[in-house]
Amino acid sequence: MFLPSLALRSLRNRALISTLTVLSIALSVTLLVGIEHVRRGVRESFEGTIRGTDLIVGARGGTTQVLLSTVFGMSTPSGTVSWETFERWSSHPAVRWTIPYALGDSHRGFRVIGTTAAFFERYRFRDRTVTFAAGRAPATDREVAIGHEVAGRLGYALDDSVTLVHGIAELSFVEHEAHPFTVVGVIDRTVTPIDRALYVTLEGLTAMHDAEAASGGLMMGPPPAAGRAGAADAPPPITAFFVGTKNRVETLTLQAEMNADRTEPLTAIVPGIALGQLWLTIGSAESGLRVVASLTLLVGLIGMCVALYASLESRRREMAILRAVGAGPRTIVALLVLESAILATLGAVAGVVLVYVGIWAAAGAVEARFGLALTTRALGALEWGYLGLVVSAGTLVGVIPAWKAYRSSLADGLAVRQ
Amino acid sequence: MSGALAVALRDVRFSYRAGRAVLDIPALDVVRGERLFLHGPSGSGKTTLLGLLAGVLVPDKGAGTVRVLDTDLAALGSGARDRFRAEHLGYVFQMFNLIPYLSVRDNITLPCRVSRARRARLAGVTPEAQAAQLAERLELADLLDEPVTALSVGQQQRVAVARALIGAPELVVCDEPTSALDADRRDRFLELLFARCEEAGSALVFVSHDLALAPRFARTVALGEVNRAARVEPSAA
Repeated sequence: MFLPSLALRSLRNRALISTLTVLSIALSVTLLVGIEHVRRGVRESFEGTIRGTDLIVGARGGTTQVLLSTVFGMSTPSGTVSWETFERWSSHPAVRWTIPYALGDSHRGFRVIGTTAAFFERYRFRDRTVTFAAGRAPATDREVAIGHEVAGRLGYALDDSVTLVHGIAELSFVEHEAHPFTVVGVIDRTVTPIDRALYVTLEGLTAMHDAEAASGGLMMGPPPAAGRAGAADAPPPITAFFVGTKNRVETLTLQAEMNADRTEPLTAIVPGIALGQLWLTIGSAESGLRVVASLTLLVGLIGMCVALYASLESRRREMAILRAVGAGPRTIVALLVLESAILATLGAVAGVVLVYVGIWAAAGAVEARFGLALTTRALGALEWGYLGLVVSAGTLVGVIPAWKAYRSSLADGLAVRQ
Repeated sequence: MSGALAVALRDVRFSYRAGRAVLDIPALDVVRGERLFLHGPSGSGKTTLLGLLAGVLVPDKGAGTVRVLDTDLAALGSGARDRFRAEHLGYVFQMFNLIPYLSVRDNITLPCRVSRARRARLAGVTPEAQAAQLAERLELADLLDEPVTALSVGQQQRVAVARALIGAPELVVCDEPTSALDADRRDRFLELLFARCEEAGSALVFVSHDLALAPRFARTVALGEVNRAARVEPSAA
């Protein structure tokens, strides 16, 4: 234990340089491990956004568009799907269940979605279904269930009466003509886009549009309500539907069949595959980040090498003293390699600590802004690999100043230039 | 190690570059327990000679033998020479003897940390206890826990003596240890050094360019005279 304690005290003696060196390595480790850590978290959260659904079907459009407009409530739907088509596929022998899904207006920045009780029974994310913190699913055209974030941000609570017309009509003088909804359910926090949506029945969505049309409010969203005012008995077109198959093996056959629908042009996507493709697009940015992080690490290691190397000149006396008391050149080498190994290890540990602290500190903001659950997790194999790489590369880099010290301690012996 | 000689050099030649010998010494002996003053002005090859005694350097191939405590150093491997030095030798530099980030105590016990054999010489006493004892006798008792940077030059040199003498090595080599001290402190330093060497039974090889110190030693050798390769007049001071 003599060398380690000597190395530690020597490093402490040069506290400022040692700290800066550790810090520079720590920051690059933070980048490297942090990117990987966040990537895994984001990916898991991303891929867990929808589970158990075998197909998502929308009007003919791009895979990403169908995915974004349904699961993520982003962008606009590719078009509408008629109720007849929905019913026809619902009774297909390979289909076990379907969930109709109509993306409606936004209400003060949150999407309003028309669906049926099937959504609350069948829809799954991660390994959970949609559950209620309070209340229940909407059952009539005057009931609404709201996501966790909607409740929090807009301050809506159970039994509140909400006028679900488009945002600008809220304070309108024609409010009496609008269609008031009662909050009957507040959905448990899901950390998915569900938190940022309001759920009404399909009839509710139609009624809401009719009310808007009547009050001259803005027409938003796909269901063309014009000319159908008061005709709430006719089911409205939807923007998509989710499908669960009886046998998952039939998924791809069913998908091909739907994509070839002659009555209405449809796009059926397999959520897992679509998510994977979307991830690849996002993922290219991530490999760029990884290159940057690796370069940062390189800079950190070179900085350490330079710091140790530059310190040698002022440490020749120290080396000569160690030689005089019987330390061999190998001990000198070991001391220097040990010092850089200690710096690299401290850097790696500090970097990981920074990752965890960073995630802990940023999780709230990231979740609020991007709806991504950033959770701290145990280090994965790749992350351990990075840490191993940092420590071994750091140790290896230490061989350069150690070699120089070895050479000069052989040449100097006990003589020291004053 | 039963011989009477602590050091025996025979026909030793040493050169850093082939054909340019720095040292060429036909014979130089130091008896065990002896106090030898080696008068060596700069350029006389004294640093090289001390390097040979310490086993950090070895004579040119086939050019003589350096025997320390009856051991032919050149016959040992470099690792074995390092271990030999750790076990049997104490070394005091001209100045800056101490590792700046260690306390006085840790500087004194350093040889025992480097070498198990040196620690074994303490015969059951802990290095710390021995360090405390030496510190006491070298008037350093209050300074054991001080950082070495807080010490005066004289105190630093005495710490170096304590380190050289821990474990009572057979040979103590001092390279101009008093050159940074004023006359009063120099005399006190020599008194303490001699007393401790006597106690430990260590032979002392003391190198200095300051001939004024010579009378205090039992024997004086002018390096310029024994070294045929010296290019500096022996009388130069």
